[in-house]
Amino acid sequence: MGTIIGIVLAAVLTQNFITAKTYGICPFLGVSKKTSSAVGMGIAVTIVMVLATLVTYPVYEYVMVPLGIDFLEIIFFIFIIASLVQMLEKIIQKLSPTLYNAMGIYLPLITTNCAVLGVTELVIGDMSSIIGTASMNIGWAALYALFSGLGFMFVMVIMSGMREKLNCYKVGKAIAGFPISMITACFICMAFMVFTYIQV
Amino acid sequence: MNKYKKITLDGLIFQNPTFMLVLGTCPTLGLISSAFSAMGMGLTVVVILTLSNILISALRKVIPNEVRIPCYIVIIATLVTFVRMFLEKLVPNLYDALGGFLVLIVVNCIILGRAEAFANKHTVLESALDGVSTGLGFTAALTFMGVICEVLGSGSLFGFKLWDGFTIGMLATPAGAFLVYGLCIAGFTSVIDAFMRAKKVKANKLARENLLREAA
Repeated sequence: MGTIIGIVLAAVLTQNFITAKTYGICPFLGVSKKTSSAVGMGIAVTIVMVLATLVTYPVYEYVMVPLGIDFLEIIFFIFIIASLVQMLEKIIQKLSPTLYNAMGIYLPLITTNCAVLGVTELVIGDMSSIIGTASMNIGWAALYALFSGLGFMFVMVIMSGMREKLNCYKVGKAIAGFPISMITACFICMAFMVFTYIQV
Repeated sequence: MNKYKKITLDGLIFQNPTFMLVLGTCPTLGLISSAFSAMGMGLTVVVILTLSNILISALRKVIPNEVRIPCYIVIIATLVTFVRMFLEKLVPNLYDALGGFLVLIVVNCIILGRAEAFANKHTVLESALDGVSTGLGFTAALTFMGVICEVLGSGSLFGFKLWDGFTIGMLATPAGAFLVYGLCIAGFTSVIDAFMRAKKVKANKLARENLLREAA
């Protein structure tokens, strides 16, 4: 139970992908103009992160390490992620055209999202600061991926709300666009710094 | 010769990947809290970007158009694997400083972006020059912000202690990185805008003078 709470708190609050690790900033800045698109992107990223971890973790642990080819992990992982995204796109297109219309445009962008490759790399590395003494297995890996994705979505939704509000105000020409988004993100990060004091 | 000058200036200033195109933001924000890791990241990207641009440009007539993106990704992932092994063995302190961002160079938008926008349409020499100048533009931008963040955030520069007592702790965290990056983009684009406007005014004035002279 303690491990689960530790993973959830670390993934969503204390070591959030955007505010603490700065992974996945491109979609965070690019697709956060409207709340609806932020939610769509967040859900798509979460699904791909969980599926990718469920495939890459066993492949690394039970195929690549025994065969001694773990140095090829980058090439294997990026291929697994790219083909998963392609497959997911085709499946959603067939099963639910409405969902495809809502989410389809975000899927191809996810292949080159650092959050997805980042989580698959993190779970095969040293996770002892998050899971404590428990031994790493595929369940913890998938849980960590799921809550990291949800934490990503959480920050994206906050950001999109702030940017929608920001549209009502006039900002100076020099800081309009990217600079004002970055300054908004700076305040979100500062708010999240409070959570680093949480001790589990 | 003019063509090569244009490629160099575009990569370094007018299409600077960090300030003008805002690409490769994840490593930028994650590593500018220390000038050493920021510069190390920049130089690693110079190497990988130049090699990937050369390879992709050399293979541009061989790679079929429909499957070009997977081919580029394989080339880039292989290069990153090589560079990672190289750094782990020879420069272990840089390897530790870069952490997870070393692997994430595979999905760095600058490298895939230059492959897609430049290397698959230009000759090997031009692509190599573009890789070096874009990479150096990235390095310069990262080092500049890294120096600001490290001096003000931790009171040191490239690991050497400058003073004690006065530090703005926020600038050593991702929050400070966002702030410095945002303000640097604003400053850089303002300067470039002012420069372009001055150039345009000068050109207009010259044209008017020429016209007047012809009329006279």
